[in-house]
Amino acid sequence: MLGQLGEGAKFLAGGQSLIPLLKLRFANPEHLVDLNFIPGTSFIKEDSGAFRFGTMTRHAEIEHSALARKIPVLHDCAAGIADVQVRNRGTIGGSLAEADPSSDWANVLITLDTTVHCLGSSGERAIHLKDFIKDAYTTALAYDELVTEVEVKIPPKGSGGAYLAFKRSAPVYPSASAAVQLTLAGDVCQDAAIALGSVGLTAILATEAETALRGKILDDKTIAIAAEAARAAADPRPDMRGSAEYKRQLVVALVKRAIQIAVRRAHGEPVEGAHIYA
Amino acid sequence: MLENMPETATVEKIAVNIKINVNGKPYARQVEPRMLLVEFLREACDLTGTHVGCDTTYCGACTVLMNGLAVKSCTMFAVQADGSEITTVEGLEKDGKLHPIQKAFGDSYGLQCGYCTPGLMLSTHQLLSENPEPSEKEIRKAIAGNTCRCTGYMNIFKAIELAGRNMKGA
Repeated sequence: MLGQLGEGAKFLAGGQSLIPLLKLRFANPEHLVDLNFIPGTSFIKEDSGAFRFGTMTRHAEIEHSALARKIPVLHDCAAGIADVQVRNRGTIGGSLAEADPSSDWANVLITLDTTVHCLGSSGERAIHLKDFIKDAYTTALAYDELVTEVEVKIPPKGSGGAYLAFKRSAPVYPSASAAVQLTLAGDVCQDAAIALGSVGLTAILATEAETALRGKILDDKTIAIAAEAARAAADPRPDMRGSAEYKRQLVVALVKRAIQIAVRRAHGEPVEGAHIYA
Repeated sequence: MLENMPETATVEKIAVNIKINVNGKPYARQVEPRMLLVEFLREACDLTGTHVGCDTTYCGACTVLMNGLAVKSCTMFAVQADGSEITTVEGLEKDGKLHPIQKAFGDSYGLQCGYCTPGLMLSTHQLLSENPEPSEKEIRKAIAGNTCRCTGYMNIFKAIELAGRNMKGA
């Protein structure tokens, strides 16, 4: 259908980012194609070592899913996005396709092994999340292509993650956020993924911070070195949420705390961790 | 920014027939697809209890229930609610008797100017129907999408706890 309507048309999922953008005239599509009445697009399945989320699965459905809690960071993310009302409408597929620089999902899912399944007039394809988001509000999707499913590999044993977003209040975008996924063997860090949100045009992978953790015992000194490397990787712009320097300082604090939570979770300890309000 | 505004005069007007059950009563109307749900409620159904505060998905004054779940009616189109059950503040009162949530907001002085109150009561409705005995932390989380600029929230928390107790007893 979008093929017929042409490039001036856009898909409407939960609408919790797109409708505000339409009101601001930042987006002005000629047509909207509403995906809300299509059956079978909202589901959570566990299948050969991965979770599969239907594109129209609402944040609230993931928040309340016992299955999705197996990856605690997914629950952290879903349960903290904006507020109850937005979580009742907003969808995981819509969030990724919108590619808002402050998106919670993109930042969390990039620290996991995530594949975005897409469907368009030229057929199906699967794109790794790292290749899917190209820039702010820009994805690899063709204009007549949509997200059908988000596939998240279940992390190996000994793995733990955390997502912390610092917000001035619930409904606003984070001032800064940090997602961390660690795999430990005993006390030694085997693998690390660290992503920073709302401090760049897309989620930023802090690769030097990851390198600072790999192969190390995660004591306070090592964690501090990684957090400093994350400060350098952040590329924030000053705005009403704070100066660039303030946001860099936030990144340091969030990365430290997220690593500490991820370590405890990797050791099997249940830890509450999610969005922090000012 | 003004020069980027689309020429609305050239947009072809389309009318869509929809039927939405609002507070148990069917409202069949012909609407433009661009009409927001809150505009439908206030202008097409004349139910002005649902308020528009910020119109930017922030304040929650426009909160209504769609099939039992709280949504911001300024952030969805009326056509998207076609065939659904909407509850607005006007639907809380039954047979001239205030809903326990309404009564508790009054009894606890959980409002001052009252502008945010309809939205807050509907967010409370979803919370208490899932969790009749919420902790203060759970209450804070449940109404985090509703902004009140008068009360400082303390009496709202009390009102929600009281409503929960009263609804359990009912």
